Amino acid sequence: MSGQLPFHLGVTLLRLVVSFTVAMLLGCAIGIVLGRNQKLDAFFDNWLVIFLNVPALVTIILCYVWFGLVESAAILAVVINKLPNVIVTIREGTRALDQDLLEMARCYRFSKRKTLVHVIWPQLHPFVMGATRSGLALIWKIILVVELLGRSNGMGYQLHLFFQLFDVASILAYTIAFVAVIQLIELLILKPLDKKALRWRR
Amino acid sequence: MTDIQINISNKTYPTATKPSIEGLKLSLNSNEFTCLVGPSGCGKTTLLNIIAGLDNDYDGDILVGQQHTHPKIGYIFQNPRLLPWRTVRENIELALEGNPSPEVIDELLEIMQLTAAQHVYPERLSLGMSRRVAIIRAFAVDPEVLLMDEPFVSLDAPTARQVRELLLKLWQQRPHTVLFVTHDLREAIALADRLVFLSASPMRVVSEITVPIARSERGNELAIESFRQQLLKNHPEIKPLL
Repeated sequence: MSGQLPFHLGVTLLRLVVSFTVAMLLGCAIGIVLGRNQKLDAFFDNWLVIFLNVPALVTIILCYVWFGLVESAAILAVVINKLPNVIVTIREGTRALDQDLLEMARCYRFSKRKTLVHVIWPQLHPFVMGATRSGLALIWKIILVVELLGRSNGMGYQLHLFFQLFDVASILAYTIAFVAVIQLIELLILKPLDKKALRWRR
Repeated sequence: MTDIQINISNKTYPTATKPSIEGLKLSLNSNEFTCLVGPSGCGKTTLLNIIAGLDNDYDGDILVGQQHTHPKIGYIFQNPRLLPWRTVRENIELALEGNPSPEVIDELLEIMQLTAAQHVYPERLSLGMSRRVAIIRAFAVDPEVLLMDEPFVSLDAPTARQVRELLLKLWQQRPHTVLFVTHDLREAIALADRLVFLSASPMRVVSEITVPIARSERGNELAIESFRQQLLKNHPEIKPLL
């Protein structure tokens, strides 16, 4: 081993954090709007289905061709692949919101912010966590392809290198490091979030 | 506190062939406890939702004092509608604008005997306790009119009686204009200053009757029952509405 693993893992993690954050923020905002506005939803529904089903490889190649082999193109390709998933999940959650509680909020003149934070968001929590878990899994897979095709660092780039050298031991070493990171994210971030958000349940 | 005039000339649901409410006129006097009595499904909840501003698809107007506006309301629904992910106290505080003064909430919790449960999440409360929280929330906002939509309907008789007595106690300490919907005549007599009888489809006011029983006598079931008998004898027109 050359001691390069932490560097490449770090680069990939950074890309993951940036693209995941962008995709989740945009996806939640758009999902809530579509879930609460039937006209917009009807208009964008077809587009959503198209983007949901376009193969990841197509968007990655197009991003690199149109924007060049740069970092922002790589991030954009990941976001485009992840975004439709988040939108669809959050939209379903928004459609299932409890109308009784929304009426209560209107009666007591809750501001928009108060309604979002105290009435809507807690109901969306399971959907957001679902989108987070499935999203992380999806982004890992796509990000490696993105790196393999157009970046000169990161885990995808390294794995490609090892493939050409038939270096199975290194490939397995990277896989183990990757599994460890996933477990850490689940244990240190997602599980505590779940516990805090669901403390009101019997 | 100002008087409130409700005048609904027509309310028809988009899919319905005939109106649910037609030519309904109702005035609410300051700090008066008014009970609406009418058969199930006659449109009482529709009326409350119109007053609350939840339903704006109707012909007519609502006057608060001299102004065409929706009154500031406290609404006690058939089910308590508390936010399950917020504690009892947070549920009350959220209904209030700005920074609520803790003393007022403390006092309301005390009167409704919920001080010990104030930091509990609603799922751990009994139904009777949840109702009491909903009552506190409605009083806490100091509304121009308090709307109550059969709030005791799914409680067993002793619990309903207990919550009813607490409600009256709170209302006597903090008088507000109340519009209380029920189909139980005994309950209405026990609570109201004035009974308003409503007919079904389309909903109209059939008659308005003042309840002369003194507040101190409201717990006396015999007094309630004899007034009920007398009422049914003197006003045969209300019989089909019960």
